[in-house]
Amino acid sequence: MAGSGAAHLRGDEALLSVEDLVVEYRTSAGVVQAVSKVSFDVLPGETLGIVGESGCGKSTTGRAVLRLDTVTSGSIRFRGRAIEGLDEREMRALRREMQMIFQDPVGSLNPRRPVRELVVEGLDIAGASRKDQEAAAGRVLEAVGLADDRFRDLLPRRLSGGQAQRVAIARALAVEPQLLICDEPVSALDVSVQAQILNLVEDLKRDLGLTVVFIAHDLSVVRTVSDRVLVMYLGKLCEFGEPEAVYASPAHPYTRALLDSVPQPDAVDGFTGPALEGDLPSPLSPPTGCRFRTRCPRADEQCAAEEPQVAEIRPGQFAACHHPLPVPEVLAAAGGAAVPVPARSSA
Amino acid sequence: MTEPLLVVSHLHMHIGTPRGAVRAVDDVSLAIEAGQALGVVGESGSGKSMLARAIMGLLPPRAARSGSIQFKGQDLMTLPVKEQRDLWGKQIGMVFQDPGRSLNPVVRVERQLTEGMRRHLGVGRSEARTRAVRLLDEVGVPDPEARLGNYPHQMSGGMRQRVMLAIALACEPDLLIADEPTTALDVTIQRQILDLLRRVQTSRGMAMMLISHDLSVVAGRTDRVAVMYAGQLAETGATREVFAAPRHRYTHALLDATPTLHQERHARLRVIEGSLPDPTAPPPGCRFSQRCTAPVEGCAEGPIPMESVGADHRVACLNPAGAPDLVVAGGSSDGR
Ligand SMILES: Nc1ncnc2c1ncn2[C@@H]1O[C@H](COP(=O)(O)OP(=O)(O)OP(=O)(O)O)[C@@H](O)[C@H]1O
Ligand SMILES: Nc1ncnc2c1ncn2[C@@H]1O[C@H](COP(=O)(O)OP(=O)(O)O)[C@@H](O)[C@H]1O
Ligand code: SF4
Ligand code: SF4
Ligand SMILES: [Mg+2]
Ligand SMILES: [Mg+2]
Repeated sequence: MAGSGAAHLRGDEALLSVEDLVVEYRTSAGVVQAVSKVSFDVLPGETLGIVGESGCGKSTTGRAVLRLDTVTSGSIRFRGRAIEGLDEREMRALRREMQMIFQDPVGSLNPRRPVRELVVEGLDIAGASRKDQEAAAGRVLEAVGLADDRFRDLLPRRLSGGQAQRVAIARALAVEPQLLICDEPVSALDVSVQAQILNLVEDLKRDLGLTVVFIAHDLSVVRTVSDRVLVMYLGKLCEFGEPEAVYASPAHPYTRALLDSVPQPDAVDGFTGPALEGDLPSPLSPPTGCRFRTRCPRADEQCAAEEPQVAEIRPGQFAACHHPLPVPEVLAAAGGAAVPVPARSSA
Repeated sequence: MTEPLLVVSHLHMHIGTPRGAVRAVDDVSLAIEAGQALGVVGESGSGKSMLARAIMGLLPPRAARSGSIQFKGQDLMTLPVKEQRDLWGKQIGMVFQDPGRSLNPVVRVERQLTEGMRRHLGVGRSEARTRAVRLLDEVGVPDPEARLGNYPHQMSGGMRQRVMLAIALACEPDLLIADEPTTALDVTIQRQILDLLRRVQTSRGMAMMLISHDLSVVAGRTDRVAVMYAGQLAETGATREVFAAPRHRYTHALLDATPTLHQERHARLRVIEGSLPDPTAPPPGCRFSQRCTAPVEGCAEGPIPMESVGADHRVACLNPAGAPDLVVAGGSSDGR
């Protein structure tokens, strides 16, 4: 995956627009190229799912949008305003419109504050009155399904993982953001609890008209919540498009490999395609040309020499690859539509 | 049929805590045939790891177990501690979730790999080294000779898990217990390790107990599966049958709550309300009863018997989900 380019951006309508984002970390071992020229945008009311393996730069991208990390270069526009130029005071105001929740729900909460204080911390900092804080706390706890009085005085360590994640979401909602960035909010949760949180995010998004960036390493989770999917590998964009198209007929070989690596209870050997060979290269010295080429079954000399640029492979489906995959024959015959998969019979 | 390799009967393991005894494993019976792979699934806290540790005799502090564990005809429970220790590594190998923590960070791969062979099998130094290279090759470590000189931190997570597996295989165990061996790994690396486990297990004709909270992980790679809930088994049977037609209400709900690659955009997921019961005071009757959507009379009372619902399919549920029409009633029951 390994590509740059902005062919997939949708222009002025976007609430958030990121262009050629570069984030590098200087370490004693060298410069880590965490995010390298990644572009994407999110329309109002849309959910963008970002998926990729560990270290591909998902969290870094999320943090960069809130300017929690130093952006090396590139532009980030929120509601048409470039955030690079904002001073710290303006940025603080803007962060209220863009909230982030994290993977480790308990760890992201101040351990010494009870739930009712935690959820309005942002309002407190912004100088809201006691009365407004009280009202907001009631409102957001109700919204995340923790209206019961017994939660109000609990400290984070007394909460289950799912409850703590609800508190983290309530806290983000208290400042009435427009954009919610969720960094692996369900990765640490059990399947049964994960489903509750995913449904909650969907409800809130619909009821409050939120725009969401949803980061996950689990492709099934991303599929369920997203209107657009962005696949990343080693700091680069691989593929961008609607989930139906990207999942049914991925254009990028890495997307294909990711999908084939998801264990399937209904496939004969548990997987739908061949395994990917090799290990992730080091972000300290990523491969030249296409960063995916050391593991890509389609790689050739061109891939080593030239970095692929993002291009529209099929209408609305973008990939950065010199040799994109065609639509699988079974699908092409069916007019390119996704083949419906029979659901497991229900009781 | 010959006696299974491992037969666990009425196994209990309770752990003393200030709040009372945690009933981590509470009356579990199961069997693994030689060369067979058994999956153990259940949500976190259901007792999967404690079951593995109880079988191995690796008890946490203040824990006690009862019941019987027959391994190749001898009862591990009554075996003196020293002889139990001899079994670890030699006849039963183990791989854990976190290879970073189970490998010794300050010892090179070669020594970690050859130590067990030299102690248990009495092979000499150069023979052990030759075998080590062959093992690393078998588990797909590139350039095995060079890797012998590495420390764990010099390797990626996937590579470390391969080395862990090589160590577990070094003494040619008859049973491999793998507790969440891929949970900490990335999806493409997880895939490689899962393929590897199954390949090694079948080519060596070794039995395997594969533990995971992820139903899909065990689905494609095990012959039989046991679904665990709150320290007990809810359902056991041939893997394919259990996933195609789950009968216990818990298994059913778990499968329904799992998002799939084919889900419609913004489709609502089915949820399982509530959470695991307090492990120090589980409810009488079915432990899932407070979360079950279809309880019937009797669910909240006495113990729920494990009953046969197919050739190799047993379930502890008074109101099993959707009995497929063609279920053969009263099939033989070799799952225990
Ligand atoms: N503060 C830092 N200093 C140095 N390197 C960093 C720092 N933060 C992240 N990195 C590196 O930047 C790259 C991208 O990291 P990032 O956390 O964004 O990945 P991710 O996609 O969120 O991964 P995960 O799935 O593990 O959360 C990685 O190689 C990571 O090791
Ligand atoms: N050392 C311990 N002391 C007390 N309780 C424990 C200990 N280890 C595990 N438990 C409890 O035992 C139960 C089963 O745990 P475990 O086997 O680790 O679950 P799983 O592996 O299925 O996630 C849980 O209720 C857990 O909290
Ligand atoms: S075909 Fe070439 S450009 Fe495309 S993903 Fe493979 S290596 Fe990269
Ligand atoms: S035994 Fe009763 S409560 Fe338990 S899962 Fe079956 S129907 Fe539900
Ligand atoms: Mg991350
Ligand atoms: Mg465990």
